Parts: sequence; structure tokens; C-alpha cells
Amino acid sequence: MLRYIFKRLVYILIALFIIITATFFLMKLAPGSPFASERDFPPQIEEQLNAKYGLDNPWYIQYKDYLVDTVSFDFGESMKYKGRSTNDIISESFPISLTLGIEAMILSIGLGIFLGVVAALYHNKFPDYLASTIAVLGISVPSFILAGLMQYFLAFKLDLFPVSGWKGFNYSILPALAIAITHAGFIAKLTRSSMLEQANSDYVKMARSKGLGKWSVVIRHSLRNALMPVITYLGPLTAGVVTGSFIIEQIFAIPGLGRHFVTSITNRDYTVIMGTTVFYSIILLFAVLVVDILYSVIDPRIKLKGAKK
Amino acid sequence: MAKKDLQFGNIEPDKFRVVGIKQDETEKLADKSVSFWKEVFLRFSQNKLAIFGIIALVIIALLAIFVPVFSPYSYREQLGIYNAPPSASHWFGTDDLGRDVFVRVWQGARISLFIGITAAVIDLIIGVLWGSISGLAGGRLDNIMMRIADVLSAVPYLLVVIILLVVLEPGLLPMIIALSITGWINMARIVRGEVLSIKNQEYVLAARTLGASTWHLIKRHLVPNALGAILVTMTLTIPSAIFTESFLSYLGLGVPAPTASWGTMASEGNKALTSAPWRLFFPAFFISLTIFAFNAVGDGLRDALDPKLRK
Repeated sequence: MLRYIFKRLVYILIALFIIITATFFLMKLAPGSPFASERDFPPQIEEQLNAKYGLDNPWYIQYKDYLVDTVSFDFGESMKYKGRSTNDIISESFPISLTLGIEAMILSIGLGIFLGVVAALYHNKFPDYLASTIAVLGISVPSFILAGLMQYFLAFKLDLFPVSGWKGFNYSILPALAIAITHAGFIAKLTRSSMLEQANSDYVKMARSKGLGKWSVVIRHSLRNALMPVITYLGPLTAGVVTGSFIIEQIFAIPGLGRHFVTSITNRDYTVIMGTTVFYSIILLFAVLVVDILYSVIDPRIKLKGAKK
Repeated sequence: MAKKDLQFGNIEPDKFRVVGIKQDETEKLADKSVSFWKEVFLRFSQNKLAIFGIIALVIIALLAIFVPVFSPYSYREQLGIYNAPPSASHWFGTDDLGRDVFVRVWQGARISLFIGITAAVIDLIIGVLWGSISGLAGGRLDNIMMRIADVLSAVPYLLVVIILLVVLEPGLLPMIIALSITGWINMARIVRGEVLSIKNQEYVLAARTLGASTWHLIKRHLVPNALGAILVTMTLTIPSAIFTESFLSYLGLGVPAPTASWGTMASEGNKALTSAPWRLFFPAFFISLTIFAFNAVGDGLRDALDPKLRK
């Protein structure tokens, strides 16, 4: 187990190094400069700005500085918003994205499992068709389209929810739903097929013949085993919720980290782009590791590769 | 054995009679013998959802090919009628620059489908080469190639794609490069798995002992057996590529104006949602329908190819 975790940590470090290096060189190659919109400046000022951010050094010095800064988790001041450090931006906006993300995850897992269980219990009957249709629609309709449609019908036409902004729980329902539904569809599909598999197993038949009700068999017996494939989906789910937030925060005007990431890209705000990329990468890489460890803890049959026998 | 044991309830043993073996019936084939692919085709054609998907895709492809050719308007022509709702002359209405949305949707379909299919084909080529070399070679080379794939797949996919698109000027080629840069890993893993499992089968060993060359093995055993998994993976790659493309276009990283993919159109439509909702609805509907159709076909293929689901 320890050996396995160590091996995975080494992978994560290599992957991080590749991401950091790739971002650095791609940014160097990128056309446009963060000071482009302030072109009226005399050349001396631009020189000074470049000197301040170290952009006048040869690339290997810049690369070395950048690596040192990244390891000490100091990404420097934003090139666009004077006086704000990247760390400030992350610590300010990440909690918002985290709240939204957790809400979206709870929604997608809850909704997905519920739909999957209903579909499996009423296999090939009306509730199954209904739940499966919802799941398929959720998978097929991209989140940003769903967001637009919900904004139009639920918020604008019917006035049930606020259209956009971030001023309370009410404001988070539509964005969280928009992120969650695609993943709820996948989880529903996984839950349905593994529940159907469980339904034919001896222990479920035994529990049924003992006289237990349909739902208590589900809750006390089969669901626990059926959730195994769902747990493997938690890694992709985290990644999906994070990337989903890029667009959804934009659509609903939520001041989260996803929106800052996207604006920093259009602004060519190098320091913020690199800072958020590294930050996101760390979160995603560790999320996948945690899921893999969790999986082996929950299911004793799974032996992690590289673990001691 | 006691006579009593042969009793079933109150049926006496003498109620039974020996029929004997009917030689000609036991040797008879229950059904016509069909080849594997014929059977796959049969099972696939019984899947209503998959057939619906195929029909939808054919219609979408035909419209994408012919509408921009035969339409009285071109996709970039500004007609002077701004944000007009759908009508007889403009079936899907017009946009804020007075362009016909119907033509633009099908022009966009060309781009979205082209990007999706090209990305899937590139994934296929790199993935099959990487996976089969890795699987066939085995040993140290296999180890190194798979570790490279492991590390690459640990890199969050969309972050890389976004950063790559920031650097490359937006356009068709950068989009395809960005989509296939990490997309091939999945294919490579699946192909390697197939190759490894086939390589160790006894019939392959038998063929080898009979003196079959490696090329013969690849042609006669590996390719036909791995084809199913490759086909399914490819059909399921296309919708995810189309989705990613529209996602990136939505962020403003797609093909530049005046060409518009579905994602760009949906993004512009979303901004004009309150005044001209049809500008979101039509591209949104066709993105969703296409993704759904490809997924349905892919799932149908997977079920049809799975011998365990044989009836």
C-alpha cells in the first residue's frame, strides 16, 4: 500500500513537472503580451514593467525563477490587476468554486444513484424508461447548453430562480444543476447496470425470499455492492466538476476561480494562468489518487498494483 | 436404487417411456450458421436506439453536405434582417448580423463533424500504433511506453487543451491537434489490452507452432479480434471530441469568425437569449442530437459485439 502511494506520488510529481514546464514554454511562445492594452505607454515604461516581472531576463533564468517560485507556491503579482497577487485571487475565489463544486457533486451523486436505483428496480417498466431517458438526455446535452436553457426557462420566463450572480444559496441551485446533470446521467447508467447485475445474485434472492421489502433489500444489501463502479467514477467526476465550472461560472456570472482562469487566458495574464493551472493540476491529481486509495479500502478484493502481497 | 426414489410426487415410473436417441435430430443444426460479423449486424439492427442513431447521423450528414450548397443564402452573407424569428424564408431565423441561422447551423455541422471525426481518426492511428507496438514488443519497451502514457494521462486533459489553444492561433488545425494530443492514450490502452489477451491465447500459440509468420498472426488473428473494441472506442471518441470542441468554442477558443461551429453559435446565442432564443435553441438541439446519436450507435455496437449478450 505504502509503496503504491509512493509510486503514485512520483507519477504526480512528474506530471506536475511536465505541466509546469509545458505551461511555461507555451506561454513564452504565445503571441500577445499582458501589457498590450496599455500600448500608449512610452517604451521606457514597458521596459520597466518587463524588468519588474523579470521578462527581460534570458529564458533559462526566467524558467529557473519560475520553478523556484512554483515550488515555494508563490506565483507573484497579477500582470493585469495591479497590486493583486495570484495567491490572493486563488484564496478569494476558490472557496466560491469549492462551494459550487461540492453542491454539484452531491447533486450528481444523489440524483444519479436515485435514478439508477429506480431504473433497476422497475427494470423494463415505465419508471425505468423515464429514468433512463433523463439519464441519456443528461449525457447528451452539454452543460453550457443546459445552463442557457435553464436560465431562459426557469429564471427568465418563470422567474423561479435568480438569473445570475452569487448572493446566496438560491443563486447556486441552477449552476450546480447545470454542472451536475451530465454526471448524474453517467452515474445513473453505472448504478442501473450494476444494480441489475446484483439483482441476479444469490444474496439478493435470499434476502427477498426472507421477506424483506424491495427497498430495504436495496438499501441494506444490494446498493452497497452496486456502488463500486460509481466510486471509480469519482475521479472523472471531480475533473468534470472543475472544468464544468469554467463555463458555468462565466454564464451565471459567479466570481469563482473558474471564471478567473478563463479571463486570465483572454487577458494573457501569465502569472495568474500559471498559478491557477498548477493549482488545478494539484487538486485534480490528488483527487484521482484519493479515489484510487478509497476504492481499495472499500473493496478488499482489489489489490493495488505495486502493493505488497 | 430403490424404486421409491424414482417417484416424482404421485407420478408412477411406468408413466414414463424411453424415447431413445434420434440420431438425425441431435446432429441437426438449430439455425443457419452465420459469420461473426453477420451476427453482429443482425443484433445491431435489432437495437432500436442504435438504428435511430444511425438514421439521425445520416440525415445530419446529408444536410451538412447539401444545405450550404443549395441554400439561396451563404453562411456569411449579411441579409439586413437582424434577429428575425424563424419564418418561411429563414427557417431558423437570423442572427444579430442578419445571417441566416439555418445555413449557419449546417455550415457549423460540417465543422463540428469534421473536427470530431478527424480527431477520432488521429486518435485511432496513434493509439493503435502505440498500443500494438507496446503490446507486441512486451518487456522493457512495453514498460517504458506505458509509463509515458500513464504520466500523460495524469495531466488534466482540458487544462492542457485550453493552454495549447491559447498559444496556437485559433483555427481548425490547432483545434484538432489540441483534441488529439491526449486523446490517443485511451485507445492505446485498449489496443494494448486486446493485443496482450490475444497474444497469450492457445490458438495463437498453435498457429505459431504451425509456422505462421508474425505478419500472418497480425492479419489473421490480432486485427479481426481487436477490431470490435477499436470500433466501439472510436465511435465513442467522436461525440466526446464534438463536445470538447463546442465547449472550447464556447470559451472563445474555437475556429475564428465568420465560420462558426455549433459551440460558437451556442455561445453567441446564449448572450442573445432574452431577445433571440432561437439562436441558442437550434445549434443546441443539433449538438445534443449528434452526441446522443453517436453514443447510441457506440453503445449498440458494444452490445452487438459482446458475445456474452448473445441470445
